[in-house]
Amino acid sequence: MESILNLISEHREMIYFVLLSVFVGIEVIGGVPTVLHTPLMSGANAIHGVVIVGAIYVMLNVDPTDYLALALGFLAVLLGTLNVVGGFVVTDRMLEMFKKK
Amino acid sequence: MKSALLELSYLIGSVTFIVGLKMMGNPKSARKGNLLGAAGMTIAILGTIFLFEKKTEDGVLIADHVVPGIIYALIFGAILLGTIVGWLTAKKVQMTKMPELVSMFNGMGGACAALIGLMEYQHNLHHTGALATIIAGMVIGTVSFSGSIIAYLKLNGTMKQPIRLPQYNVINTIVMAGVVLFGAWVVMTAPSMTFLYLLFAVAIVYGILFTVPIGGADMPVVISLLNSFTGLAAAFGGFLYDNKIMLTGGILVGSAGTLLTLVMCKAMNRPLSNVIFGAFGGGNAAEGSSAISGSIKDINVSDTAVLMNYSKKVVIVPGYGLAVAQAQHVIHELETILEERGVEVKYAIHPVAGRMPGHMNVLLAESNVSYDKLVEMEDINPEFPSTDVVLVVGANDVVNPAAHNDPSSPIYGMPILDVENASHIIVNKRSMSAGYAGIENELFFNPKTSMLFGDAKDVLTKLVAEIKSL
Repeated sequence: MESILNLISEHREMIYFVLLSVFVGIEVIGGVPTVLHTPLMSGANAIHGVVIVGAIYVMLNVDPTDYLALALGFLAVLLGTLNVVGGFVVTDRMLEMFKKK
Repeated sequence: MKSALLELSYLIGSVTFIVGLKMMGNPKSARKGNLLGAAGMTIAILGTIFLFEKKTEDGVLIADHVVPGIIYALIFGAILLGTIVGWLTAKKVQMTKMPELVSMFNGMGGACAALIGLMEYQHNLHHTGALATIIAGMVIGTVSFSGSIIAYLKLNGTMKQPIRLPQYNVINTIVMAGVVLFGAWVVMTAPSMTFLYLLFAVAIVYGILFTVPIGGADMPVVISLLNSFTGLAAAFGGFLYDNKIMLTGGILVGSAGTLLTLVMCKAMNRPLSNVIFGAFGGGNAAEGSSAISGSIKDINVSDTAVLMNYSKKVVIVPGYGLAVAQAQHVIHELETILEERGVEVKYAIHPVAGRMPGHMNVLLAESNVSYDKLVEMEDINPEFPSTDVVLVVGANDVVNPAAHNDPSSPIYGMPILDVENASHIIVNKRSMSAGYAGIENELFFNPKTSMLFGDAKDVLTKLVAEIKSL
């Protein structure tokens, strides 16, 4: 029990951060018309591509003689880029159609 | 200095994500919102690459550390390749294929998170806390990856029928418990890499088992759910590196995606547990509804043309069949010509019409239908009694009255478009086969209903020509 309490007080800032982010996420989506659900889902899909930041960070720390790690890191950055670029471009294509005539 | 700048770039990125997503909630600002998010992402990525400082395991800065050129080459190579392939795929895909593409991109993000876990494991064997976030991120990312691939295969038609092992709910629950226990054991004992790969493999299997039994009609919900999974996996990466932008981006998508999933479930009037564990199509479809009998009435193109031409108000109900037949441009032509003749035309959009919520809106917007003509279900339902003709094109389950009056039907309780309140109902279908959920539709046997058989694009083109000649 005490260790759990310690963990909470140690990571207090982080816990606040997470909780507030959850509420922001809910708030941002609330009241969105059905019309925009697909583009919104696609846009959110592009944003979780931020995982690429982690992939780049790992890659920058890789030992250059560790070929397996280099290969995995390359693949991770590649997949992350696909998620980010593909996600934003396809969302833009959907939204382009909503422009007022 | 560098690290302060990096934090600043992450702060800017996080704000653009939040503001961008908010702007995407309004048709007018949506496109700018998306571009804003993309700009923030670019800043964050460039910051990560160029403001990098190497630290020891205890977080002490290593001065004068130079990252080997080969690593930069690989990073830029991967980004360049990914940009070209991602850009071209996204630009070239047909609008009807979009749901599966979103699913595929989602899977890529999940795989990226999983790979980070595979690479970081060995560096963190002695930190139980870090190991827990690594394993959680890896498992969730992996499930999202293999689940998304299955969703992709289902949506593009490679995998047509839901595959159900006997007692699949029991098997799935056991496998899920197995993954959780195995993961916890790996965190506690930090075994060799072999076990990590084994965990990776088990997570892949679970992702497949999780998605495989879910019927096609529920795929939008599944994609949305897997989307929030990937967000969660990214957030775990944020915990690991104490990286604020991965945390904001990940959690934002995680919570927004979960809410979106629930909104979709609500539109279908089914609890989420019912989507995941429930039965749609497959076994249930064969029961209950095959008892419908009666006669159906045919109508030809010229009679339809006359009927529509002399109506006051026509409501079009588009469904996935419209998308498949690529008939969105012809239907807009039909709308224009009817409007010219003084007929009021509206589109009735069911929240889950098509393969994703809002799919029909996107598709019709592509052919320049103005979005104030697209009316949502709650607003159009009271208008049906004053509607002369309803034209159902390639939609089925969303107009199935069994949702109101057949408690044994799997879609019982789902809100539908009450088209039977209109004076005439014309249903365009290719054949009498059942809808995506695999259930019969008694609407077709309604005395007010006439069936206009044929390929949607073909029939509508003829219909437009016929009306023009009147």
